[in-house]
Amino acid sequence: MGDFLKDRGKQIVTKGKDSHELVGGKPSLAGSVSQRACVFCGSRVVLYPIADALHLVHGPIGCASYTWDIRGAMSSGPELHRSSFSTDLREKHVIFGGETQLYNALNELIDKHSPKAAFVYSTCIVGVIGDDVQSVCKRVQKEKGIPVIPVQSEGFQGSKKDGYKIACDAMNTLVGTADDKEISPYSINILGDFNLAGELWMLKEYYEKMGIQIVASITGDGRVNDIRNAHRAALNVVQCSGSMMHLAKSMKAEHDIPFMKVSYFGIEDMSDALYEVARYFKSDEMMEKAQELVKDELSKLLPALQPYRQALEGRKAAIYVGGAFKAISLVKALRLIGMKTVIAGTQTGNTEDYKLLQAICDDGCILVDDSNPVELSEFVKLTGADLFIGGVKERPIAYKLGIGFCDHNHERKLALAGYEGMLNFAKEVYETVTSPVWQFVKRG
Amino acid sequence: MLLRHTTAKEIDRQALTINPAKTCQPVGAMYAALGIHGCLPHSHGSQGCCSYHRSALTRHFKEPVVASTSSFSEGSSVFGGLSNLVSAIETIFSVYDPEVVAVHTTCLSETIGDDMTQIIAKAYEDGKVPDGKKVIYCNTPSYVGTHVTGYSNQVAAFVKHLAVATPKKRNVINLVAGWMEPADMKEIKRLASVMETRTLMFPDMTGVLDAPMTGTYEMYPKGGITLADMATTGDSKFSIGLGKYTTEDACVKMENKCKVPFEVLDIPIGLKATDRFITSLSRHANVPVPDAITEERGKLIDLIADNSKYFYGKRVALWGDPDTLVPLTEFLVSLDMKPVYIVTGTPGKYFDEQMAEILKDIPEAKFKSGERADMFQMHQWIKQEGVDLLIGNTYGKYIARDENVPFVRLGFPVTDRPGFNFFPFTGYTGAANLAIKILEAFLDHKDRTCPEEKFELVL
Repeated sequence: MGDFLKDRGKQIVTKGKDSHELVGGKPSLAGSVSQRACVFCGSRVVLYPIADALHLVHGPIGCASYTWDIRGAMSSGPELHRSSFSTDLREKHVIFGGETQLYNALNELIDKHSPKAAFVYSTCIVGVIGDDVQSVCKRVQKEKGIPVIPVQSEGFQGSKKDGYKIACDAMNTLVGTADDKEISPYSINILGDFNLAGELWMLKEYYEKMGIQIVASITGDGRVNDIRNAHRAALNVVQCSGSMMHLAKSMKAEHDIPFMKVSYFGIEDMSDALYEVARYFKSDEMMEKAQELVKDELSKLLPALQPYRQALEGRKAAIYVGGAFKAISLVKALRLIGMKTVIAGTQTGNTEDYKLLQAICDDGCILVDDSNPVELSEFVKLTGADLFIGGVKERPIAYKLGIGFCDHNHERKLALAGYEGMLNFAKEVYETVTSPVWQFVKRG
Repeated sequence: MLLRHTTAKEIDRQALTINPAKTCQPVGAMYAALGIHGCLPHSHGSQGCCSYHRSALTRHFKEPVVASTSSFSEGSSVFGGLSNLVSAIETIFSVYDPEVVAVHTTCLSETIGDDMTQIIAKAYEDGKVPDGKKVIYCNTPSYVGTHVTGYSNQVAAFVKHLAVATPKKRNVINLVAGWMEPADMKEIKRLASVMETRTLMFPDMTGVLDAPMTGTYEMYPKGGITLADMATTGDSKFSIGLGKYTTEDACVKMENKCKVPFEVLDIPIGLKATDRFITSLSRHANVPVPDAITEERGKLIDLIADNSKYFYGKRVALWGDPDTLVPLTEFLVSLDMKPVYIVTGTPGKYFDEQMAEILKDIPEAKFKSGERADMFQMHQWIKQEGVDLLIGNTYGKYIARDENVPFVRLGFPVTDRPGFNFFPFTGYTGAANLAIKILEAFLDHKDRTCPEEKFELVL
């Protein structure tokens, strides 16, 4: 453990104790038990919720198999995205090339499902055997008359985060290709919400109450035609900046659409997300509606939160999530229910992100980049955390340690965004932290 | 209707797999590797593979699953993964201190042609492997075979790298475990101990992926066969492989390397397959079958007899791995049910032959293995004639919901139901457990869907 910490010294900081800056974005050491994933994974999760598009994974079966409907991105209509389509490359394709297989698979699928567009994901091996995916896509696009978009997501190119950018580039080829939606001057695109547990539907309702039209939700509950029209919205509102900032920047450069970063987790950030948009449109009426909405929601929410806050006051939380922005919102949301963050880590944060994160954490909080199970469990012991917030691989670790767990990743079953989400979050944290099961085990 | 796109009419597919009934080799290797005590599986490829496999296993077992990765970059995919792996081995031993590192390849490292023998020899030469510790490997290209093949390759690698024959033979039977749950392995070990035989099981995931909660996190939980025990498997007098696809290679290797003769059986799921296992163990260990086991068998038959009218003629669709499907289908036939549609993504002759034999009196039965034997194919068949029951991994839930058919979960992965680390499906007790699950699924479905006037208190 000691040696490991030395190697990773710059990736771990205890606020108020260490003076060095946390350096994020470093590649994982070979041999580490990293919680990170690959480029393909990043691309796949970003594009996955576009529900009326075809998503074809070009590679051996695993990559398609492991991403078959694992993300809980809900759709209000088509559900083509929830099936798993693969060219299922075998040894003969690795030797002779898989282009014919890809061409045939695309044809078979488009004939069968008539999708609005098709995304073709290249996996590690496709990059190595050198299939010309672009030219196959071009050919099928011409023959079938729908956009067929190559996603150059060979896993070895980097980490999950690099895959987000590639997905944004792929998606950007759709933006600006249609002009068939009526658009209000008060219109936005929602970027970087994946509609887990139906969160997007709550956000949409808030914005619509303020008189705002949502042109496209990218990519939660996404539709191809909305994305093709997205260049005509007045503003891009970006939540998951790690994944979607690149698209927002491209749309600014190519279509002159301004963007703003927001977060929908916790009262402060959620309210700011509404106010900022009203301010952008310089509409007093919209601002009044936003204030009224917030007032309304808070008058219900605050009293409802009170008992949870009382029960949780002074308890300690550990956060290890994908993106840094989510971690920042979580620190604030935890504070609102009386909890103190003692570990704050992410898989994909960069140095800038960690500066912001460090600024809002309390002294003594351990900040960590690209951590692993051994470290995380050591930190939990060290800090005496009562709660762990993370994803699928962290869940059993937390439970083994005998502390509560809240899934804030793509397997969450409760909407945690917005005001309703804040109450869900408080309830979930309360239930798990105060669960009677912990009294039956002695913490190590 | 989630799978609203599925039609009863079978479309001609040449190049496409839809909703696979299989996954790739490395996850099988990773799972098998966890069956050695103190073993850290290592994935030689990009980070994503390792992450996906860990997630897949974690979702199924609800347990922490650790494995390290070579973290390939663009550079390694051009220049080869030698330096990545050698430095990975150094990092692993200095940081995570395992007893053994089990390296498996991925489609990437296979295609660029990394020579594992050479790389690992270099790691030993350079002094990166501490005394008494081991680095073993197996080749698991994802574009050959399936997760089943990966499991088999890893188990064979245990024998190749770890089993040692000394002149001293021991009165021990090796139980080479195919892909099953820790609870199933535990049940098989229990049967062996009731028979008072000395056995060594490998791989052995009991205590590793069904560990109790203790309040501490153990990177290497108590279970698994130790390196020392694994070495002595070469001195055992006989090996029984449980699962043709997953254990035959290891058994053959053991015979060639250590002169331990073997017999490969089906995984003991159901009455007949358990009979065969008990008979084999009794014969090769030269011990009688004790009354306690005969009693367990009798209870199972009693349960089947009591409920035979509910089993009779029920049409069943099943999917999963061939080593599970063969004895499972046989059991369903012996329950007087009709397994009519059977699909496995893992290709193989034994499966096809066994299915033809087991299903010879059910002319309407269809089965398929290998290419395009997937859940889409399965759903199309179900749409044609309908079934009364589904048995398979969690991926069947879409079909179960769309077609409103009772569903018993069994296989890998089961991500949406607990209980698999408590109740086995192997042995007579496991068969009873399975029969009860089937009955409950039928009877719950009947209670939920029957007309009011037919809703009754008594069976």
